[in-house]
Amino acid sequence: MIVTTGLTKRFGQVLAVDQVDLQVSEGDRYGFLGPNGSGKTTVVRMLLGLVYPTGGAIEVLGVPVPRQVSAVLPRIGALIEAPSAYGHLSGRANLMLIDAAGPRPRGGRSGRRRRVAEALERVGLGGVDDRAVRKYSLGMRQRLGLAAALLRSPRLLVLDEPTNGLDPQGIREIRSLLVELNAAGTTIFLSSHQLSEVEQLCTRIGVVDRGRLVLQDDLAALRGPTGRVLVRSPDAGQAAALLGGRVVYRDDDRLIVADADVAQVNAQLVDAGMRVTEIGPERRSLEDLVLSVTGSGSDRFGRPAARSAGAPGSQALVADGHRAASDADAGGSSQ
Amino acid sequence: MIRVELLKLARRPRSWVAIALLCLLPIVVAIFVAVTHVAPPPGQGPALLSAVLSSGSLFPAAALAIVLPVFLPISVAVVAGDAIAGEASSGMLRYLLARPVGRTRLLVAKLVALIAYVLVAVVAVAVTSYVTGILLFGDKPPAALSSGSLSTSGVIANSLSGTGMTPADVLLRTAGAVAFIAVSMLGVGAIALFLSTLTDSALGAALGALAALIASGVLVALNSAASISPYLPTRYWLSWIDFFRQPILWRDIDRGFAIQAVYVVVFLGAAWANFASKDVTS
Repeated sequence: MIVTTGLTKRFGQVLAVDQVDLQVSEGDRYGFLGPNGSGKTTVVRMLLGLVYPTGGAIEVLGVPVPRQVSAVLPRIGALIEAPSAYGHLSGRANLMLIDAAGPRPRGGRSGRRRRVAEALERVGLGGVDDRAVRKYSLGMRQRLGLAAALLRSPRLLVLDEPTNGLDPQGIREIRSLLVELNAAGTTIFLSSHQLSEVEQLCTRIGVVDRGRLVLQDDLAALRGPTGRVLVRSPDAGQAAALLGGRVVYRDDDRLIVADADVAQVNAQLVDAGMRVTEIGPERRSLEDLVLSVTGSGSDRFGRPAARSAGAPGSQALVADGHRAASDADAGGSSQ
Repeated sequence: MIRVELLKLARRPRSWVAIALLCLLPIVVAIFVAVTHVAPPPGQGPALLSAVLSSGSLFPAAALAIVLPVFLPISVAVVAGDAIAGEASSGMLRYLLARPVGRTRLLVAKLVALIAYVLVAVVAVAVTSYVTGILLFGDKPPAALSSGSLSTSGVIANSLSGTGMTPADVLLRTAGAVAFIAVSMLGVGAIALFLSTLTDSALGAALGALAALIASGVLVALNSAASISPYLPTRYWLSWIDFFRQPILWRDIDRGFAIQAVYVVVFLGAAWANFASKDVTS
């Protein structure tokens, strides 16, 4: 679907994107992660032919970009950064204009009204009145932007922060819409810095940091068991003594044990008469993973002293990541 | 895409307000002149205005002379400056290009919409002022300007000693003047369109184009800059007055058309070269 090789972009002296090799296959729900200013948006813009690469090659749907980008764009729906619309027109009028712009669509001009109505229906704006977009809430604008992306039933959806400004119900609604579209064969490329959003939606992730792709893999593989066991026990002190050198980390009533066999550790603890409140294989949370491979975003300009003060904070976040996966999920969805 | 651009321009209240104001100013002038019967003496004030008292059918020409130096260029520069920069600052440029609308196509559509706007504006001024002129000053056939008293330095020494013009004659001459002024405005439009591809600020592009015009106006009036004045965009702006002379003086009219064509070609070329190769980061 999307293949880039050695993709590089330099803005004057600034190297915004450096040798990025993306690999997105058909049917993926790909999460493209990275701190602010890490080059995500520049990559997205290069995929759509808005920004011209300095080096490297891009292929989208088997077509070289930006050389033949006009051949492939009709099959892509895009939400690039914030949604935009003409403020003095209604949402429906905006979609009509967007639909009329560009090459002649498959359904022809006569199908325009129907296509627009369908797209509005899909994103939950079916009953919207004729008020000008200027008076829309942020969530409504976001839905309208999505509707514009869905207008021509694209094979590839490139979305940048699609749930920005939506309330929790809206986020869930959009997520299930995306899952539904994906099940019907649409590949989804989601660029975001909201880990929870990516964690709940995506099957595969790529992480970019300071212009470089530092991680790209299936989420399931990345989040597989780490080969350690997480134990919570009111008798944590005795348990640590019992398990000896296998305990690699202790924090109050929580222990991390370097042992892949949960049942065996459990049996050992129970045999020794210890109370166990919780036990299970340790999984790395996405937050944990991403923070371990990325630095702070480019929007942070701390002085050296402030930076060292910030460091324990990020350490705490990493330590916090040593929670069971279900725990991290619950924390994520509350965002 | 051209249809879409025309639609967008037509749905924008600003376009119509600007045209309405353009039409209103000559009407206000006409009412004052009709009520007081005090016209500026020949050679002063807007060209032809002094001739209007004798015949209302010359008023469209006078009206164009009123809006030409400032108001028409402002409205054209605003529309043209908004063309690309306005889309960029509203965030729609990226969505249009990703639609996809080819960059060249978009620029051409913007240009066509601009031409349509200029024509509608100039024709609207001509038509409303014709009606005003006939209502307030009557429709006696006017006399043409005599060719003997012409001066091409921008200040027109009007004289009514020429031969009379038939209504059809006046209509043809006015149409010629309308065409000439529309083309003159395209020069401004092309400059503003070019600036519009350079910046994301529609205001900046419009003001930049106006600054270029004012600079040109200053240099045209400056005798020591006479060597470059034939190449300045505003040099022949007032030459449309030559359509109302008997016989019509084609020399400056032809040059005016030619210099505007050069400006349009050069600046559109620059706009295209810049826009087609530009990274769209807005």
